[in-house]
This record gives sequence, C-alpha cells and structure tokens, in this order.
Amino acid sequence: MEPLTGKGKMKRETSIYFILFAILSLLGGIAFGILGAFQFVIPKFFELIPFVKCRPLHVSMVIAWIFLSATGGIYYYLPRYCNVKLFSNKLQKIHLWIFILTGIGVIISYLAGKFGGREYWEFPPVLAIPIIISWIIFGFNYFKTVFTKTEPWPVYLWMWGTGIFFFLFTYLESNLWNFSYFRDHLIRDITVQWKAGGSMVGSWNMLIYGTAIFLMDRIQQDNRIAKSRLAFIMYFLGLTNLIFNWAHHIYIVPNAIWVRYIAYGISMTELLILGKLIWNWKRDLTKSLQDFHLLSVRFIIASDVWIVLNLMLSILLSIPAINIFTHGTHLTVAHAMGSTIGINTMILIASCLFLIPDVTKVQFSKRQSLTISIGFWMMNIILLFFWVALILAGYHKGYMVVEDKLTFQEIMLKIRPYLMVVAITGTVIFAGVLMVFVPALKLIKAYLRST
Amino acid sequence: MKLNTKRFIAGILIVSFFVYSIVIYTVGTRVDKGEKYVTEQAKKGKLLFQKKNCIACHQLYGLGGFMGPDLTNEISALGKGPLFAKAFLMAGSERMPNYHFTETEIEELIAFLTYADKTGVSPVKKFKINYDGTVNWKGKDETRD
Repeated sequence: MEPLTGKGKMKRETSIYFILFAILSLLGGIAFGILGAFQFVIPKFFELIPFVKCRPLHVSMVIAWIFLSATGGIYYYLPRYCNVKLFSNKLQKIHLWIFILTGIGVIISYLAGKFGGREYWEFPPVLAIPIIISWIIFGFNYFKTVFTKTEPWPVYLWMWGTGIFFFLFTYLESNLWNFSYFRDHLIRDITVQWKAGGSMVGSWNMLIYGTAIFLMDRIQQDNRIAKSRLAFIMYFLGLTNLIFNWAHHIYIVPNAIWVRYIAYGISMTELLILGKLIWNWKRDLTKSLQDFHLLSVRFIIASDVWIVLNLMLSILLSIPAINIFTHGTHLTVAHAMGSTIGINTMILIASCLFLIPDVTKVQFSKRQSLTISIGFWMMNIILLFFWVALILAGYHKGYMVVEDKLTFQEIMLKIRPYLMVVAITGTVIFAGVLMVFVPALKLIKAYLRST
Repeated sequence: MKLNTKRFIAGILIVSFFVYSIVIYTVGTRVDKGEKYVTEQAKKGKLLFQKKNCIACHQLYGLGGFMGPDLTNEISALGKGPLFAKAFLMAGSERMPNYHFTETEIEELIAFLTYADKTGVSPVKKFKINYDGTVNWKGKDETRD
C-alpha cells in the first residue's frame, strides 16, 4: 500500500523526477546531436547554435540521461526490491536538486559560449564542485543503505557501489588539469585525461550493466544468476578492464611504452567476455525470448545484440595494428555511438519502462505498447544503418589519412555521403525514441497530477 | 564465491588502481620531448584553446572533434606553419568561426601549437606492424614526415 499524504493522495516518488529529467535530457541531447550532424555536412547550418556549442550540449545532455536514469533507478530499486531501507530520502532530494541546478548551469554556460573545461566536460571548472558534492552525497547514501543488508549481496549491488566509487575518483582525476604539474605537460595531461575518461566510462557501465542484471533478476524472479560465481568472475574482469585498459584510446600518445602494452593485453581479456556471451547465446536468448512480450525485456535483448557487435568492434580497435588506421576517425565514433545508444540507452530505457508503471501503478495501454514497440524496432533497425555508415566513414578516412595523398578537406568531402546518412538516420532514431518516451511521459504527467 | 574472496579480489584491484594511477602520473608520463617549448605564452595558449573549446572541432593526437584537422603537427606540416595557422586564427574559414582574437592571443595559441608539435607525431603515417599486433611505437618519432 502506498503511503498517503495529508490530502489523501499517494506520496510522490522522488525517483520519478530523476527519470523525468533523464528523458528530457535524452531528447534534448539527441536533438543537439542531430543539429551537429547536419552542421557537419551543411556548413553554416543553423548558425544560432554553432557546432562548437552543439557538440558539448549533445554530449553533456546524453551523459546526464545516463546518470539521471541510472541513479533514479537505483534510488527506487534499493528500498523496493533489495530488502533495505534507503538511508536518507532527504539526501536523495538534495542530490536531485544539485543535479538539476548544475545541469541548468552547464546548459546556460554552453549556450553563452562560456567554456574552459575539457572535452566531454567543457563547462567552466567551477561547476565541477557541485558535481563532486552530489556524488559524495549519492555514495554516502548508497553505502549507508546497503551496508545494513546482512545477506550476501547480489552482483548488481557490488556493481552499483563500484560505479559510484570509481566515478567519483575518475571525475576528480579528470579535474587534475587544474594543477600546473598536469596542465603544463601536454603528454601527461592527455594521458591522465584519457585515463580518467576511459575508466569513467567503465564506472558508468557498472551502473548500467548492474541495472540490466537487476532487471532480469526481477523479471524472471531468479536471483541465482546475480549471485553466481560466473557473474562475479565477469564483474571482476570488468573491473580489471576499467582500471587498466583505458590506454587503448591513446596508443598514439608518446607516454611510456609499457602503458600501451598493459592496455593492449588487458583489452584482449574482453575476448573472454565475448566468448562467454557467444557460448551462452542460445540458452540466454531462448530464456529471454519467453518474456519478449514484456517491453523491458525486449530492450534488454536488443542491448545484448549490441553488446556483441560493439564488443567485437572494440576488441578490433584495441589491436594497435588496426588502431593505427582507425584512431581519430569515425570508427571511434561508431564504437561510442553504438555503445551509448545500442547498449546503454537500450538498458536504461528497459529500466524506465519497468520503473514508470511500477511507480505510477498504471500499465501502458495496448495502443501505447504498440507505439513503443514500433519505436523499438525503428530505433534498432535504423541504428544499424547509422552504425554501419559511421564505420564506413571511419574506414575510408583512416585509409586515406595513412595513404597521405589527399588534404583534410578532400578527405572530408569524400566521406560526406556517409555523414549525410548518419544525419538522416540519426533523425529517424530520434523519432523512434520519441515514440518510446511519449507514452512514458504521459504516465508520468498523470502521476504527477494525481499525487 | 565466498565473501572474503570477493573482498580480497576487490581490495587488490582498488589498491592496484591507486598504485597504477600514481605510477602513471610520474614515471608513465615523464618524457616530454617539447619540454623546452613550454613557455608562459604556450601555457596561456593552452588555456585559451580550452576556453574557446577548440577541441570540439579539432584534434590533438587524434583526440577531439572531426570537423577540423588534427593540429598536433600543424606548425611543422609541409605547406603549413605558423603563418598558415595565423591566417585561420585571424579570419576563420567557411567552417571555423572568426573569434576576433587579439594579436597577443594569436601569438599564445601559436606558441601552444609549437609546443604540441614538438611533443610527437599525429597521425602516424609511416610504421611497421609487428607479428603480435603491435606497431613500432619506439621508432615512430623517426618516421615523422
């Protein structure tokens, strides 16, 4: 039974605000991404917000989608499904407000052309302070909550804790450039920046993959997988990669050679993860397909397909002999986009579609489910074209750069048709995302009105 | 897997993370071939590079946006150089906005790009692929165009 407020209404869940702002952030992020994609192929397109502003708006809003939706899910699932009482609801609300106010500050600074930070975190560095405070609050609240649990933790509780802990440290690390010891030494600066960035992606993957395991555990009512030995072996392998494999992003940077050898060696252990996925593919898929009618499961299955595709691409890009052709090309973008849309967003949409009806106590109507299903297929089919276009653009650019016969402008002209495909398919993906989220936003709106 | 085993492995990995971080901050990034080009002007240029978010479109060592070219060796590239860079900084181009930089700012940005140029090579166009999938990282500076 839901706790009632003084007016006899249901008490409003704070996590629904995390999800609401997450969805709005994603829609804004994709819109700026599309704008940026068209600016790539049509110079002077929509000059009111030039590419130099569009790109950080796109990236930061998509990152905000990832954090807000993952965090909102964790806050909601902990007390409802993990047999623990949230340590502090007040801290959860403070966390939300800091996140929203900082987000608004970041957007205003970008629109005003006030930068000063680094790639992916381009806002003035002062805005890093509330971000750090919010993660300390989140970590404190999370660990105070889960340490009250006496029974053995399922792997997703380990993963969420790891994600929070490592995000905080890697984010602090990404701000080390504020000290001249790092800033004034370009090779150290780039190396530390990408060390922090690479591990940070690993940290948010912990939050997201933990959510995926949690969802399958809940939906299939089977917690054996989340507590199995294999799940923990895979978790520790993932953690090892988070710590050591980041240098495959910067093989070309002249830091110590052993840094690159370590990254290469550790990156190749991802073959074990790929092998495990392929080995269990038929069994896992057969089990999941039994629940294909459930919207959340459908998105998790899609993410499994994208994990295999992107893992194969990522392993190939981690081989230095291949990386030398692909580095600095759209192949890297294909990997980033494939992972962010195909894996992370699919899992987080699954989480939203599980959480929203659970909070609002209203299921999607048949018509809404159909709209979401069409959006699902649209997103996934078109994403494949989008992904392949980026791969082809990257392949051609890499080959032409190494061949060294054309100027930069000539190379960009040659790959322009692929980039046009990227811009158009990106627009269709946006339409698919809208079809998924408009019904979800309607449920949230009705819930907020009734509480 | 027993709880103590999990704690032990997690503990080892977390300690490794911090030790490895310190190693990277020191011996892993000790060498800087452009060290003598780190002038006050270059330092200011680097901060200006960040303030104008140049990395949204350009790359250093292949890292950044792809709207404009990699700037790592813009200063020493055949047919380019400081004057070539200055022309773009003064007037912009079809794709690059005119930022109306002052003369001092242009000098600072060029000092920074001169420093970056001396640190290494990007993109690497001449290399040897080894049987184990690595490339001749050791000799790559000698293959500079």
